[in-house]
Amino acid sequence: MTEIFGVPIQAFMGQLTIGLVNGCFYALLSLGLAVIFGMLNVVNFAHGALYMVGAFFSWMLLKYAGIGYWWALILAPIGVALIGIAIERTMLRWLYQLDHLYGLLLTFGLALIIEGIFRHHYGSSGQPYDLPEVFRGAFDLGFMFLPKYRAWVVVMSIVVCLATWYIIERTRLGAYLRAGTENPKLVQAFGINVPLMVTLTYGAGVGLAGLAGVMAAPVYLVNPTMGSSIIIVVFAVVVIGGMGSILGSIITGLALGLIEGLTKVFYPEASNTVVFIIMAIVLLLRPAGLFGREK
Amino acid sequence: MSLSKTGVLYIAVLALACAAPFIGGYPLFLMKCLCFALFACAFNLLIGFTGLLSFGHAMFFGMAAYIAAHSAKVWGWTPEVAIIAATLGSAALGYVTGWLAVRRQGIYFAMITLALSQMVYFFCVQAPFTYAEDGIQSVPRGKLFGVISLADDRVMYYFVLAIFVFGYWMIHRIIHSPFGQVLKSIRENEPRALSLGYEVHKYKLLAFVLSAALAGMAGATKALALGLATLTDVQWQMSGEVVLMTLLGGMGTIAGPVVGSTIIIAMQNYLSGFGSWVTIIMGATFVVCVLAFRRGIVGELQHFLKSRSNKA
Repeated sequence: MTEIFGVPIQAFMGQLTIGLVNGCFYALLSLGLAVIFGMLNVVNFAHGALYMVGAFFSWMLLKYAGIGYWWALILAPIGVALIGIAIERTMLRWLYQLDHLYGLLLTFGLALIIEGIFRHHYGSSGQPYDLPEVFRGAFDLGFMFLPKYRAWVVVMSIVVCLATWYIIERTRLGAYLRAGTENPKLVQAFGINVPLMVTLTYGAGVGLAGLAGVMAAPVYLVNPTMGSSIIIVVFAVVVIGGMGSILGSIITGLALGLIEGLTKVFYPEASNTVVFIIMAIVLLLRPAGLFGREK
Repeated sequence: MSLSKTGVLYIAVLALACAAPFIGGYPLFLMKCLCFALFACAFNLLIGFTGLLSFGHAMFFGMAAYIAAHSAKVWGWTPEVAIIAATLGSAALGYVTGWLAVRRQGIYFAMITLALSQMVYFFCVQAPFTYAEDGIQSVPRGKLFGVISLADDRVMYYFVLAIFVFGYWMIHRIIHSPFGQVLKSIRENEPRALSLGYEVHKYKLLAFVLSAALAGMAGATKALALGLATLTDVQWQMSGEVVLMTLLGGMGTIAGPVVGSTIIIAMQNYLSGFGSWVTIIMGATFVVCVLAFRRGIVGELQHFLKSRSNKA
């Protein structure tokens, strides 16, 4: 058996792909956070909870309605986006004039409610989500076996991330969005419905979280606490990358997932904390974050 | 000098607190209330008077609980020494984390403190002396100064009350000192404070360390009073709880956190049989507070009294 730094290559690559899969979720979630923060100036604490809701929706679709993975991939994010739109319309809307902290506190409360409701109904133990037939098995790459589903998650996430980047940076709609971020009053004066745009941005942002949740459902057990455990790591990712740049948050997310995977191979004790340690180091060297600008 | 209205109120509340165990108050519950009240007051020093939202205060509370429990149980230290050691320990932790966190402002500050406290949480999960899931159980209360046994709940209650009064008085002093005025000016307008020549970073850091130390004192006292230090104390939910206590009572009012924490602890006590409903209700309280009354109970009350006296 071939080895890398004294670790069997199969195990090494296995951890690395798991890390990459985690990184994809970090990237999708921090991307959504960045988009929402840019437009609404709200740090969406409920992001993790809505990611969990996405996973639960796909599990419920399969269990109660017999609707499979492919439809869930479309329906669950739309469901989550609708919840998001309702939240924005009924609650978040009233806080834009206030300190940013209130947005954080409100969404924190919402996260508690959502998590509590699911824990009440489904308990804390996880529900397994069976992989669709197509994704069973693995590709033989010669030096390793790459499970098909992991490959799919990585490819799909990167495509979604890049598509989001393209929409925001290269299309007319994205131009409106960016203009709305800079100066909402002026954009509104030009006849663009900014409040609607804000609502849809929040919906789209949490929809991305829901999509990440659907993709995560077959990887992890679907359980009510999966959101809160990931959101704190994603916050650290956001601090490291800085929320100023879309591409920056994608790259940071993927890179930190990989680093976490590597740590699992070489020093498993630190695998939970490595992201936070990197955050501390980045704060020392570049307080504004790797891709951020000091305001 | 005649006593002010607030002075009279304080004396009345203190007298009530002294009499509480004899008029039907359950000492363990009262002690828990006092510890969390001190915790919330310490937290309020940051959010209410400096304008910094720390989302990781559980790390000070929980870490101090572990230090106090360990030193009292394993090393056999007397309670006052254990509490002082734990307070100093969490002040040191506060210095390191605060030194990192004050580099960023606003929302980022909250996320950084949350992330750092999660790191402390994982440390506590893995460190051998915390006994992971079990926590440190049946911590002996020991003898105060090696003389007075604290085993009796009522005796312990007065010890806890004394600590609380000391902590509350400290916070009162800090807020009304020139240092406290500078903190308020930072809260109101940081760039202006900076341009007036105050080294804002240093002030924030000192406020953070003081708040961490007091939160630690609360955690250590809790560990001895209830004989327990567990992972719950360092978890992020605890950080959220203290935010809620302060928000509910009134951020930036000195008595608000006491009111808020008492309500939350009482609520948790009475609803403990309902499991997840506690979380849901807490979340709903958050939402209602943020949307409908951001001044909190004490803040709204003050506002009401003020507007009434203005009319008269």
